[in-house]
Amino acid sequence: MQRAKLITLQLLVAVASLVLWHLLTAIPVGDKPLLPPFFFSTPLDVAARVVKWFAEGTIWRHLWITLTEAILAFVIGSVAGVLVGFWFARQPLVAAVLDPYVKMFNALPRIVLAPIFTLWFGLGIMSKVALGVTLVFFIVFFNVYQGVKEVSPTVLANARMLGMSERQLMRHVYWPSALSWMFSSLHTSVGFAVVGAVVGEYLGSAAGLGYLILQAEGTFDIAGVFAGMFVLAAFVIVIDTLVTMVEKRLLVWRPLAAETRT
Amino acid sequence: MSANAAATAHSSAQTTTAVTLASVTVSFRLADGGAYKAVENATLDVADGEFVAIVGPTGCGKSTLLNIAAGLIAPSLGRVDIFGVELATLNRQAGYLFQADSLFPWKTALENVAIGLETSGTPPAAARERAQIWLTRVGLGSFGDRYPHMLSGGQRKRVGLAQVLIRDPKILLMDEPFGPLDAQTRQIMGNQLLDLWSADRKAVLFVTHDLEEAIALSDRVVIMSAGPAAHIIGDWRVALARPRDIAEVKLERAFHDIHREIWQVLKSEVMKGYAQTGGG
Repeated sequence: MQRAKLITLQLLVAVASLVLWHLLTAIPVGDKPLLPPFFFSTPLDVAARVVKWFAEGTIWRHLWITLTEAILAFVIGSVAGVLVGFWFARQPLVAAVLDPYVKMFNALPRIVLAPIFTLWFGLGIMSKVALGVTLVFFIVFFNVYQGVKEVSPTVLANARMLGMSERQLMRHVYWPSALSWMFSSLHTSVGFAVVGAVVGEYLGSAAGLGYLILQAEGTFDIAGVFAGMFVLAAFVIVIDTLVTMVEKRLLVWRPLAAETRT
Repeated sequence: MSANAAATAHSSAQTTTAVTLASVTVSFRLADGGAYKAVENATLDVADGEFVAIVGPTGCGKSTLLNIAAGLIAPSLGRVDIFGVELATLNRQAGYLFQADSLFPWKTALENVAIGLETSGTPPAAARERAQIWLTRVGLGSFGDRYPHMLSGGQRKRVGLAQVLIRDPKILLMDEPFGPLDAQTRQIMGNQLLDLWSADRKAVLFVTHDLEEAIALSDRVVIMSAGPAAHIIGDWRVALARPRDIAEVKLERAFHDIHREIWQVLKSEVMKGYAQTGGG
């Protein structure tokens, strides 16, 4: 399909949804609308709220806080995941001994850790970062672990026959392989970093997008809740686009299904 | 011509011996606790500058012999000498062209070839320069910036060949390098290999299941029995003149004579191997 046509259709879906929402909340059927605006707000109210936030400039501080938390969670979680992933993959004994504990922690719904992190790190950004780290870490860790372990035995044997030392193997074989696995999960891990930040804020904070939504909810300000959700969605799309750009640059060597030759 | 047949490896005692496998036996431990004897009591000499092909049915442990010569696995019994010195670790004097894809998928063709030099300390810029020369030599001069997945199977094999040869190994181990290629490409690659080889005559150990290819390329053809416990059952000297053209040499009378002679021995082994693997 042509790009222009695709975008037109995509926009059409958005317009149709908004119009439907507007009709259901603004046009009375009988004596009242099908969807009461008190619970569903209206698109115009929500838009007005978003515009107001940006016009007054209050939103920037919250966006910045959430972004900081997400970036910190992503960086710390990724670095830890890469290091531990490498360690496990190169030390099978360590991996075997710690395996049940890793599974246990990963199976734990991370949200139950949030109260503990709040107690440990307070209401500031660090408790949100900690929550995000626990989410990001496992994704990166599992991918790096897999990436190092699943290096093709032939490629590895070839590297050794070409005279690579342990250090060179690390640099030219294990590291690129692990990175490629890590980057293939980049969208997921960046997404989880944002989830960690927002959920953490939602459970107790003084700033951030999660806080904004929680405040609006506390005063039955449905327009505020929806406005917060839209800003959050736009925020995530921007981040995801950036990730896609980074990915394209870094994984240029990877085959796309269509252009692979045999 | 049959007078040349069954000449043993020891007839070339004058020249130096590049690879010596002395009564090599290889057993693998299986997951169920048993042992699988892949190769039994294999004795083989490859003289310096000699092109030896190992032919045998599927699954007869030909690749195992190469891995032994490469030092990637150690024999359970027997010993391996490389230029008269017992091999204890990896064989640093050998280049190995693997059957499966072995290029680094995250490196371009040029980087893949250059890495062979970089590992031994050549500065990257100089290594790239040499790599470009080698890529040109294998006919891929303008493909340096392609990643392996953008190359065809034959092109990948040629990059692999350049990657191995740029290190100038004294011994070249090749494991069905042209296996997955179509007949025409195999022929072109075979001729190219002979060209490159004739320039500086390395010792070559070339594993294949294709008897015609083996005779066309090599100085000696060694036949292995069907596994398990595969052993060497025949050793023929190929007295065809060099330089050869793979397509043309196959039309010669002498080629047919030796082919018939070896096939008599190989045929029964192939049938055995076929029966064991269920034709897989």
